[in-house]
Amino acid sequence: MNQRPRGPVLTGAHYLDGDHACAEGAIAAGCRFIAGYPITPSTEVAERLAERFPRIGGTFIQMEDELASIAAVLGAAWGGARAMTVTSGPGFSLMMENIGLGVMTETPCVVVNVQRGGPSTGLPTLTGQQDMMQARWGSHGDYEIIALSPSSPQECFDLTVTCFNLSEKYRVPVMFMMDECVGHMTEKVVIPEADTIDVWPRRWYRGPRDKYLPYAPDKDGVPPMIRAGDDHRVHITGLTHDARGYPIINAECQQICVSRLTDKIRDNADDLVMVKEEQLRGADVVVVAYGISARVATKAITDARKKGIKVGFLRLITVWPFPEKKIRDLAGKVGCLVMPEINLGQMYREVERAAAGKCRTMLVPHCGGWVHDPEDILKAIIEGAK
Amino acid sequence: MNPNQLLGKRGTADAHPMEDFLRMDRMPHIWCSTCGLGTCLTAFIAAAQESAIPREDIVVVSGIGCTGRAAGYLKYDSFHTTHGRAIPYATGLKVANPRLKVCIISGDGDLVSIGGNHLIHAARRNMDLTVICVNNFNYAMTGGQAAPTTPQTAIATTTPYGAFERPFNIPFLVDSCGATYVARWTALHVRQLTIAIKEALLHRGFSFIEVISPCPTVYARRNRLGTGLDLMKFYHDHSITKNFASTRECDIKFQQDIVVGKFVQREEPTYLDAMDAQMKKTLGAKFVPYVGPMDPNSERTKSDART
Amino acid sequence: MEIKVSGFGGQGIIRIGMILGKAAALNDNKSATLTQSFGPEARGGACSAQLVVSDAEILYPYLTVPDILIAMSQEAYEKFEPELKEDGILLIEEDLVKPHPVRGHIRQYAIAATRIAEKLGNRLYANFVMIGFIVAITKVVPKQALLDAVPGTVPDRLLQKNIDALEQGFVLGEQKLAEAK
Repeated sequence: MNQRPRGPVLTGAHYLDGDHACAEGAIAAGCRFIAGYPITPSTEVAERLAERFPRIGGTFIQMEDELASIAAVLGAAWGGARAMTVTSGPGFSLMMENIGLGVMTETPCVVVNVQRGGPSTGLPTLTGQQDMMQARWGSHGDYEIIALSPSSPQECFDLTVTCFNLSEKYRVPVMFMMDECVGHMTEKVVIPEADTIDVWPRRWYRGPRDKYLPYAPDKDGVPPMIRAGDDHRVHITGLTHDARGYPIINAECQQICVSRLTDKIRDNADDLVMVKEEQLRGADVVVVAYGISARVATKAITDARKKGIKVGFLRLITVWPFPEKKIRDLAGKVGCLVMPEINLGQMYREVERAAAGKCRTMLVPHCGGWVHDPEDILKAIIEGAK
Repeated sequence: MNPNQLLGKRGTADAHPMEDFLRMDRMPHIWCSTCGLGTCLTAFIAAAQESAIPREDIVVVSGIGCTGRAAGYLKYDSFHTTHGRAIPYATGLKVANPRLKVCIISGDGDLVSIGGNHLIHAARRNMDLTVICVNNFNYAMTGGQAAPTTPQTAIATTTPYGAFERPFNIPFLVDSCGATYVARWTALHVRQLTIAIKEALLHRGFSFIEVISPCPTVYARRNRLGTGLDLMKFYHDHSITKNFASTRECDIKFQQDIVVGKFVQREEPTYLDAMDAQMKKTLGAKFVPYVGPMDPNSERTKSDART
Repeated sequence: MEIKVSGFGGQGIIRIGMILGKAAALNDNKSATLTQSFGPEARGGACSAQLVVSDAEILYPYLTVPDILIAMSQEAYEKFEPELKEDGILLIEEDLVKPHPVRGHIRQYAIAATRIAEKLGNRLYANFVMIGFIVAITKVVPKQALLDAVPGTVPDRLLQKNIDALEQGFVLGEQKLAEAK
């Protein structure tokens, strides 16, 4: 706000909340199309873009509901736009069917979920981390998804750019799993010079037009993309399809189609997994956390260290694909993994699964509405160190 | 149009005259014998050619259902989306890439029932889209269940004792929501339908054409109406052409006269026109019109490369 | 330093926290984390902003025991005063809060922010009167850092009025501080 640069990117230091930082991240990532429907506590993202876009050549459309918002985003992506939608729990539920279409048709886009407490209307204004499994499994059928979780407004900016980059690289909808606390938390956000922000291009097909096969993958399992209106005469369908994009309704084609959709993420998990590690070496207990819970856990960790407990900290930035290798490695070396999350055990199940009994695992649950009392996390750490 | 222009590459009778515009590698299609959908496709292809709109600019979007398969047979950029969501998907395509002429070809259940909310909002916005709604009075793909278009007393699998809900009068619905071009024809009215589709494609704003179409396998059989050919005969005898009729009076009753014609044609600002005008008015020189979609021919790896 | 700003919706409570945080984070080389809570309704409901200001990186973003409490409504005062540190600073809107006897070593200062704002032409400036008052008394940020943080947080056409309000609050704050010594 202090500087008003000429270009669309708001280079400089700003005092922004997570929602607004996410909006600026989208702009920096080259996103110029947003379709959305108002829902607390995510609306500020759309509001900021509705205000910013007409000044920088972007377009915002307020759709009639979230079913329409995600459909418009998929259409816009095939129209050649870098597109995003923003929502919270109930809207996220409504988007699920077309998130599946996005996966099946390999449509790059970003879905931001500023999580609130559920189920149902739940706690519209209060926080939760209860949509983590829905992000992974919410649409029907087998698939893999990418999801990131920010712990600060700065990360809301940085990781929104990363979400777009990953969606383009892997041609998959990327879920940005914010929460109400991070969305409404205001801190200094430094936005770099535009030409230093790494923005990955779409994987455009560059061969002859009549030779284009929409679902013939490159070596990394991801096919190149075209833009509607450029005379490739493609057919894109949510039905199980072959390399031409034509529906083939049988088990053989299903095997090829669905395996590739999952393998392109699974086989590249090492490239996708981002975590922050702190004092893991020699730790007796490691706290595993993400989003706002990671910030809250820091107090318990500091207090535990004061008591002489050797506590490490593993902060998950990538939540899907789940960093299971990291957990598996840790499980052989530490006594206990403690996981606070604002739900009754979602990512914790993954921790438990990856640890596979090689160490103790402890969930510090919370039903939502507020963050953990750091004391509760501390108690679990002390218990885990025994 | 000279029918010879429509002859296939080989110019012979055994080639399909429209094979350049159909995905011949997907034939045979899944539609039943004497279904009206083939007629709708050929009318669409003829209209698209006559409109002189560059072929690559035309994009077809379908939802789910028998008509939903239209996108899969037409050799244009075509998108087969989820049930009910063809219109918002098309809205995204259009707003993101305003050069495109985006057409939705889908069924009555898809557009008016599960997608009904999108239909009325697209009409309200006067979104520059062409919607061809093929109405066969039931959900045919899933075996003939009742739709919000099923006339009262007609039999469907979910109304085994006769439909009793009031059906939609679709032209009236979209007219009252702000559609700026509204027509209804039957699958029999090939010439009128082709003209209507051409007019709709060239219309600026939300254009809507309802095509009454026979479903021989489930709707006709269950209601003892004979084959598709018998229904065509019925359309011949019972269609009443009333151009610019009040859409309020276009209700369809079971096996009674069907009012057909061009009902609405008016000029109003489209969604994109209205947005541009309002932004220019409010923001003046600060307004930067939408930059358009990304261009595959220019690499952009840094975030400020655009605008 | 932990600061809690509280009142009812529509008083510009969040903005007070926002401007103080911005001044500290962008103009005083500190870390400043602002969190907020308010009822679903934008107006009328109880509302508070929590600000942590620190020389080091802020990991835990919430307040533990506030060093400074600003109460701009009776409800907020009743609710949050018991949480204030024993030797903390309490600033109240004197027309809207009827305080109990001062607890422990709390230093309490009162200002009629809304009345001053009304004299300036609009009660909406009350939060800027309070901001000036806060900074004069608590010195949470240097005055210049505060002044530099204001542009962009209010519409340009109201900037001067808000700065005037801020200045009045600041002067009154310095007076109160001098009186107390």
